[in-house]
Amino acid sequence: MLLFDIVLPGLVLGGMYALIALGLTLQYGVARVMNLSYGESLVAAAFGALSLYTGLGLSPLVALLLAVPCAMALNWLLYRFLLEKLMRRGKDRGAQEVDSILVTFGVLFAIQGIMLVAFGGQYYSYSYLSIPVIVLGTTLAVNRLVALLFAAVIGIAVYLALTRTRVGTAVRAIAVDGNAARLVGIDVPAMSGLAFAFGGGLVAVGGVLVSMFLTFNASMGVVFTMKALVVVIMGGVGNVMGALVAGLMLGVVETAVARLVDPGLTLAATYALFLAVLLIRPTGLFGRAAS
Amino acid sequence: MFSTNRRTLLRITSVTAMAAALWTLTSAAEAQDKIRIGYAISKTGPYAGGASITTLPNYELWVKDVNAAGGIKLGDKRLPVEVVEYDDRSSSEEAVKAIERLANQDKVDFILPPWGTGLNLAVGPTLNRLGYPHLAVTSVTDKAPELAKRWSNATFWLGTSAQISDSLAELLAKLKSEGKIGGNVAMVSVADQFGIELAAAGREAFKKHGFTLAYDKTYPLGSQDLQPLLNDAIAAKPDAFIAFSYPPDTIALTEQAQLLKFNPKIFYVGVGTAFPLYKGKFAANSDGVMGIGGWNADSPQLKDYLARHKAATGKEPDRWASPITYASLQVLQQAIEKLGKVDRAAVAAEIRSGTFDTIIGKVKLKDGLLQEIWSVGQWQNGEFYGLAPTSLPGARAPVVPKPQWQ
Repeated sequence: MLLFDIVLPGLVLGGMYALIALGLTLQYGVARVMNLSYGESLVAAAFGALSLYTGLGLSPLVALLLAVPCAMALNWLLYRFLLEKLMRRGKDRGAQEVDSILVTFGVLFAIQGIMLVAFGGQYYSYSYLSIPVIVLGTTLAVNRLVALLFAAVIGIAVYLALTRTRVGTAVRAIAVDGNAARLVGIDVPAMSGLAFAFGGGLVAVGGVLVSMFLTFNASMGVVFTMKALVVVIMGGVGNVMGALVAGLMLGVVETAVARLVDPGLTLAATYALFLAVLLIRPTGLFGRAAS
Repeated sequence: MFSTNRRTLLRITSVTAMAAALWTLTSAAEAQDKIRIGYAISKTGPYAGGASITTLPNYELWVKDVNAAGGIKLGDKRLPVEVVEYDDRSSSEEAVKAIERLANQDKVDFILPPWGTGLNLAVGPTLNRLGYPHLAVTSVTDKAPELAKRWSNATFWLGTSAQISDSLAELLAKLKSEGKIGGNVAMVSVADQFGIELAAAGREAFKKHGFTLAYDKTYPLGSQDLQPLLNDAIAAKPDAFIAFSYPPDTIALTEQAQLLKFNPKIFYVGVGTAFPLYKGKFAANSDGVMGIGGWNADSPQLKDYLARHKAATGKEPDRWASPITYASLQVLQQAIEKLGKVDRAAVAAEIRSGTFDTIIGKVKLKDGLLQEIWSVGQWQNGEFYGLAPTSLPGARAPVVPKPQWQ
């Protein structure tokens, strides 16, 4: 049935978009770092999964157990030794964002350079769980379904963690107003570092899962950064649920346009939807009005 | 005061004169003890994927081979090749700037081309103005004959879009007349100069040979899900599925066709089919897949080239433009050696008019264009054999219908 043929693959594609955006929404929305090296980190995780899979025969899903703690540690170090000083120095949110853009722009080239030296510029691709399943008469790939499942589970878990726990409340408080958070005894740098590291862990999840079905090379990071940015801003900066919903929406709209109108217009549809959301809700779907 | 001044002046003059004499001496000696070859190539950016498969490994292999043999023969001595390398970051402006720098500052003797149609067209006018031979190997464009006329220094090596599409349509027409396939074709193409030109030429060629284009759509560069496209192509029930695609799409289309159990009699995908990555990823499932390019895998020279490429770079070459890139460098070398001097205009003319022995056989360009180019290849038992044009030596018979996906 055409409806299922659009909605299901659309959700699966959207799941991937949401997955690659979840980390950025934490890093940008909470830790206030506009991480331009985001896509490169994602591709680095993909390379990690590829190496473990082709070198040691380790399943990407097992690789997650290794990749996520590593990425979290690396991101925490990055925050602690590079970004924290900037965050302290920046007078207001605007200054902090500009500083973080400049620094992560440099980090982008460092990561890309390392990947180019290690893997060269050529394309890489491997197959894992590339098995068809038929859901309601529509054929879907298991690897993409897994990505959707992870996106949904992570999105909801992080959402619950942010809204139902003490740490989550502290993190949200920082996102709203760092100075006020400090006044009520929240360790702002530590919490921001935590959020940044956690965001980094989510990037690794995205990279590892995406590597199962996308062809990638060391120069492809920017593609992911752009897509993640669109999803994050559309969903409302810093809002995990927003990123999940916006990602799924994008996927469904792109698939619908490809099937019903013309595959050549999917990119145009993405930006039309992006513009429409921003016109109606300038702070994004789930965003609060700026105070 | 005066005398001191004069003495100083004299001293300065004589020292300057000596230095100048020394400099000319050393630079003259320098010009004679090596041949400097420069190039700017996409080591980063979107073109790095193609450049690092097709172009850069062959530059490195060729330099290694030439230097191992003692260098390029100029007169009665051999001069080693020295390389000056830049990254054009996949940007036309960077590529042009790098070429200017190579010519004016580094003063290299020859400049090798960048990767890709876009960049080659971008540096074309500059190389022409500076008078360097331009081996525009990895550029597929219908403008090639016209450009070869306008730029006397330039040569084109991968044919035109029309040549590739015509030759594919001819092969399909032959299969249709033999009753092996019907007349229904589904075609998809990437919305980029390469895809647009090939699809436009394909539309005409298929019509000319009496095929029906049951499905014909383009998709944006960098699309991350091609399943909707394939679903509609499947609904058109084609005998032949033709995709003028780029490497990531080529891989994605193949993978999703397997998932959807879409198994048309002809499955033809674009750039990337001839890559070793394709065979590595799909293994037995690559069998029967057709794609752009091909080579005469039984030729001893190419077998030897494959072995050397693997030994020097650790990976196999692609079976389309890689051997042609290497052959173009052999042509450059032989043209220099024939003339016995670094005379760029004469070398460019010689490349156009001469006959050369290369790994792809005898090369004799016509109007600045290489004529004998594989348009269609097919993976058969782990090797990507050339199928069309059928007139080329070593052309194999196609396996049709394509075996079922496993």
